[in-house]
Amino acid sequence: MNKKVSLTLEDGSKVEGISFGKFTSVSGEVVFNTGMVGYPEALTDPSYKGQILVLTYPLIGNYGVPKNVFEQGISTVFESDKVQVSGLVIANYSKQYFHFAAEKSLSKWLIEQNIPAMYAVDTRELTKKIREKGAMLGKMECGKKTRFIDPNKKNLVTQVSIGAPKEYGSGRKKVIVVDTGMKNNSIISLIKRGIKVKRVPWDYDFSNERCAGVLLGNGPGDARLLKPLIKNVRAYMKRNKPLFGICLGNQILSLAAGGTIYKMKYGHRSQNQPCIIEGTKRCYITTQNHGYSIKENTIPKDYDVWFRNANDNTVEGIKHKKKPFSTVQFHPEAYPGPVDTEWLFDEFVKKL
Amino acid sequence: MSIKTVRKTRKRPKNVLILGSGGLKIGQAGEFDYSGSQAIKALQEEGIRTVLINPNIATIQTSEDMADEVYFLPVTPEFVKKIIVKEKIDGILLSFGGQTGLNVGLELYQCGFLTKQSVSVLGTHPHVILDTEDRDRFKKRLSEINVRTPRSKAVTSKRAGLAAAREIGLPVLIRSAYSLGGQGSRICATQKELTEALEVALANSSQVIIDEFLKGWKEIEYEVVRDSYDNCITVCNMENFDPMGIHTGESIVVAPSQTLNNREYHFLREIAIKTIRHLNIVGECNIQYAFNPKNGEYRVIEVNARLSRSSALASKATGYPLAFIAAKLSLGYSLTELQNAITKVTTACFEPALDYIVVKVPRWDLKKFKSSDQRLGSEMKSVGEIMAIGRTFEEALQKALRMLNIGVEGLVLNELTISDPWEHIIHPTERRVFAIARVLEDGANIEEVYRKSLIDKWFLYKCKNIVDAERQLKKQGLKKAAVSRAKRLGYSDVQIARLLGVDHDKVRAYRKKNSIIPFIKQIDTLAAEYPAKTNYLYFTYNGTASDVVKQKKSIITLGSGPYRIGSSVEFDWCAVNAVKTSKEKGYNSIVVNCNPETVSTDYDVSDRLYFEELTLERVLDIIEFESDTKGVIVSFGGQIPNDLAMDLYKHNVPVLGTHPKDIDRAEDRHKFSKLLDTLGIDQPLWSELSTLESAKRFAKDVGYPVLVRPSYVLSGAAMNVAYDDTALTEVLEQAAIVSKEHPVVISKFIKNAREIEIDGVAKNGELKIYAISEHVENAGVHSGDATVVLPPQKTYLETVRRAKNTTREIINALNITGPFNIQFLAKNNDIKVIECNLRASRSFPFVSKATGYNFVEKAVLGMLGEDVGNNYNTLDLDYVVVKAPQFSFSKLKGADPVLYVEMASTGEVACFGNDLFEAFLKSILSTGFELPKKNILVSIGHESNKMNLLGAMTSLAKKGFNLIATEHTADFLKKYEIPCKKVYKISSTKKPNVSEYLTKDKLDLIINIPTKYNKKETTDGFKIRRKAADYNIPIISNRQVAKLLVKSIERKGMKDLAIKSWSEYLDEKR
Repeated sequence: MNKKVSLTLEDGSKVEGISFGKFTSVSGEVVFNTGMVGYPEALTDPSYKGQILVLTYPLIGNYGVPKNVFEQGISTVFESDKVQVSGLVIANYSKQYFHFAAEKSLSKWLIEQNIPAMYAVDTRELTKKIREKGAMLGKMECGKKTRFIDPNKKNLVTQVSIGAPKEYGSGRKKVIVVDTGMKNNSIISLIKRGIKVKRVPWDYDFSNERCAGVLLGNGPGDARLLKPLIKNVRAYMKRNKPLFGICLGNQILSLAAGGTIYKMKYGHRSQNQPCIIEGTKRCYITTQNHGYSIKENTIPKDYDVWFRNANDNTVEGIKHKKKPFSTVQFHPEAYPGPVDTEWLFDEFVKKL
Repeated sequence: MSIKTVRKTRKRPKNVLILGSGGLKIGQAGEFDYSGSQAIKALQEEGIRTVLINPNIATIQTSEDMADEVYFLPVTPEFVKKIIVKEKIDGILLSFGGQTGLNVGLELYQCGFLTKQSVSVLGTHPHVILDTEDRDRFKKRLSEINVRTPRSKAVTSKRAGLAAAREIGLPVLIRSAYSLGGQGSRICATQKELTEALEVALANSSQVIIDEFLKGWKEIEYEVVRDSYDNCITVCNMENFDPMGIHTGESIVVAPSQTLNNREYHFLREIAIKTIRHLNIVGECNIQYAFNPKNGEYRVIEVNARLSRSSALASKATGYPLAFIAAKLSLGYSLTELQNAITKVTTACFEPALDYIVVKVPRWDLKKFKSSDQRLGSEMKSVGEIMAIGRTFEEALQKALRMLNIGVEGLVLNELTISDPWEHIIHPTERRVFAIARVLEDGANIEEVYRKSLIDKWFLYKCKNIVDAERQLKKQGLKKAAVSRAKRLGYSDVQIARLLGVDHDKVRAYRKKNSIIPFIKQIDTLAAEYPAKTNYLYFTYNGTASDVVKQKKSIITLGSGPYRIGSSVEFDWCAVNAVKTSKEKGYNSIVVNCNPETVSTDYDVSDRLYFEELTLERVLDIIEFESDTKGVIVSFGGQIPNDLAMDLYKHNVPVLGTHPKDIDRAEDRHKFSKLLDTLGIDQPLWSELSTLESAKRFAKDVGYPVLVRPSYVLSGAAMNVAYDDTALTEVLEQAAIVSKEHPVVISKFIKNAREIEIDGVAKNGELKIYAISEHVENAGVHSGDATVVLPPQKTYLETVRRAKNTTREIINALNITGPFNIQFLAKNNDIKVIECNLRASRSFPFVSKATGYNFVEKAVLGMLGEDVGNNYNTLDLDYVVVKAPQFSFSKLKGADPVLYVEMASTGEVACFGNDLFEAFLKSILSTGFELPKKNILVSIGHESNKMNLLGAMTSLAKKGFNLIATEHTADFLKKYEIPCKKVYKISSTKKPNVSEYLTKDKLDLIINIPTKYNKKETTDGFKIRRKAADYNIPIISNRQVAKLLVKSIERKGMKDLAIKSWSEYLDEKR
């Protein structure tokens, strides 16, 4: 029997759908992603913490959910150890899936993970609304009522960061990776390059710890709330050692260097964002998932704009004029999405 | 990776030559009109002068407002060279004219001509193209970067082929290098099949490829774009419904891929980008993969370094104008400098995100070629395709199947007899998908269907959903939930009506009362992320709101649907021109069409495009939404929209032009014949047929042969000539299956009559402009297969006068406003009307371009009540234009390449000349014909034909040709002292035998005139004709054409064929 779920937005609009996840009520910020593949990766991306995700591609669940595989202590299939979104909204759910790597259906997985999900929604119409009015708070209700909660007011990073430091790989050079809710493939991308990774909690003080470099990973929410981390980064920068920031890490580094960030209307969440290397005609297709961006006129003068979004001209990365500090707003680690900028890891490793 | 930008200091070319693809044939069709047109627009925007060579007169690219100069000449090295010199060409585009354009361009490059003339090849460098075309070079280049290709060997002899196959292991795939649409390609499982396939393939191409056959692997394709700054993107990926083994042109295809996960999708995408960068392609190309779903293994099957059928499909599937962008990139632009034409605010350097699914289904016409092999395989046989857009696979699939216009209503509830559905699943035919639905209805499980078809279960589950919905609907009846579910799964009102035994109008009324209505969504390339100004739309039941509001003061033009025999690019030209005229007159133009190969579905042609079904239900949906419309134009899309006229009228839709009731009076053969009787206009004796007995009686009264045909005929479907009672019985049994709703008419078949046609435009029953043309072939050859001459060269003035007067009477009686076409038989100044269409005919672009007057424009002006004028000179011309049919027989194994009442040509070409002979030679050369040098095989059936061709044979012998003649023909020639070599029929075992001569190096031409126009394919004549097609030997099988050819080569050689552009001919006239 089809069970009904409703999604109410803070502007009062409401859509109904059919439940295919856990039959429970949640609230969060409603965001959309236009990627056409990669729902297992997207759903486990900690950057989505606190968010209800709308997928614009209408056919979801086609290839089920794969069996988890671990290599060197880290999952190579999912981007974290659980489903991170608060809820999922799609147009059409493929009840019957088929893939040689599949272990279970998307529905079964979501139920196991206590995540509500709904289908039979006009996701295009919903997306248009978010595009016009900006990302909004929303609540998915299955009978039981709930209230709107703004996840960005909370420090979401504490919910997704690792509890205690953990090491991966066995390389000669060690990189400290600050876990603000990073995707597994950032770590894998370093191990693959012969780097030993020390993954540390978001508020861990690494500023004076011996290492070849630091990677600031992605994560959810408002970077301005992460004061201890910003302070640690500022202290670390005095050592002039390599520092690379991805997504939230990009914002952290900017804040540490003296810049400011702002919340975008509805952010960039897709796998087809074109980013040009400033001053060239070279453009990369990137995968993105962010709601905040660096304010261009506040970028400190020691830094140059490195990457720029070819669609809306927002800053997609900055680079210090002399020191080995650089950041990107997009995801070179991909998963989901194109792997075109994986070479950024090579560049980072070269500097170590 | 290092980041370097290469500054290009390319000199801008001034005069660019674009190579067209010639007449439409299987494997190379309308998609190249689209790509060429886009290229021309892209260059013109830059102020570059464009010169186009393309003998395909029905195309949009050869329109007045497109290229600066157009040459209706054969796309062959000889002609192209002369144009390059004459037009001071300094840049050339090779990749927009299909394999034909590419091959000619490569030849000119390889012989050093382009370098000598300082012509730069724009876009991908020719040596790169050669890397992709030559199998060995291709594999070598890919192995340099460890990209895997199928184990294969290129061979040049049968012996080497057999050895290679042993090494790779059977089954193997055999195909010719340098061929389009997989010509000569075949899966061989036995030694015998292998030997045969090698022989045929080696006859077509000096190099033959033997591939490992990857059974059950998925077939995946990516469309890749790269600029000269090394920016490289994949615009679209596509997945075949059918696994490897069926040519991608023969497969149902979805975009984007549905069964690949992120890892697989991006793994293949990365290989695509790596490969294209390594090959150094600049512009657009596609890369095809075989992908093993079980273990992630892959093989790169091929890279096409040019625009292709797939790229046309990808353009329409995503809204990304691939050909336009490719042309810009070839001038040295970077992708980032170009804009996304849909959003107009974002960059062209991005990969479209779709929020819908696209399903492409090929359209076949195999039934037209009775004896041809019906099975699908690695060789392309389809003649067209359609594309459907939906938000579920089920919705898109059922829409797609309706769009085919083959009498099906979707996946289920069709009146199709499939006697052994498993047979169609195991050995795929065009009915495979219906067979799957049938076995699922009969309770087969998915596992079993999967095992036998190897089609990914995801697709099969979706088919099952459609089947299950049928059961549910049947149980629940006209109830909201069931109807709503069925509509979301793509059911039409007719399907629901059929299932529930009610009228489809009742279903429609019920739906509307219960608010079960479709919504309109935009294709915007970014899945609604950015507001888009796009006018590209589709309908879906999987939504709750529309993206657009109705347009003010619009005119809706219905397009032609899928290309097929008898209806192709000519109707797209008509539709595009109708749109243009309505725009010019201040209306908002709306196009409805579903064919991805067309220009009418380009984003910049109309103000609004509904990429939709041309069914009554959908057209009514559109009209109800677009309620400010002045009306619908049904006259320019061929038979599909024309057939809707009466139904639209019954639903109170304003139909522009001739009244639908009058259209019906012309379409219904019974009514029309009665009208002619009333007007006292002569026609062949006819009778409406109800029983076999009365038919036989009628045939006896008027005398055999008789012509049998159903009403509402297009391309002579099920038309047939019967020479005796037995044949008549056989023909009627067939016809009864074809046509239940309309009665079959038989008429006296008049032998040795000429056929003439009048195309024209009338307004309020008054003739405004007309063009008269004559057929070279006597009546009995379908007008679509005939060689047509304008202005007439052999028709008496008196006949012309009579035809014109008769035309006036018919126009008046039917009160025509808009286009029409009337066909006449003429014999000794007597004329008889044989057909009348109150829509633009296939020859509209031909007569328009030949006379220099746009007939479509005039017709639309008339429909809009504007002044049409009436002082047009279309008869007194200083030049002659000849239209010749383009056949694809070499693609259709087993089909008889003979001209007949049933249409078989897939395209046409037309060329200008100062006289009939020049124009004729240019035309047949344009279809791939080569002028004979030495050896001609003659085999002429029937005494009268032999006598008639005696003069022609004498002059061939005098000209020094070696005549090789079959038994009776040889005896006949010897009697008249014409030297020839006698050979014995294939069926006799005597030597010397015809079969020994049937290779290209031994024969330059075959003249084979069959005894009579019947369909028996077992004769020796058939065997000769078939071999000619298999071995690409030019063949003439019509007496009148044979005579004209001989006269032409008597008078003209290659050097006499003038290199004159279209405008040069027209200027002479003005």
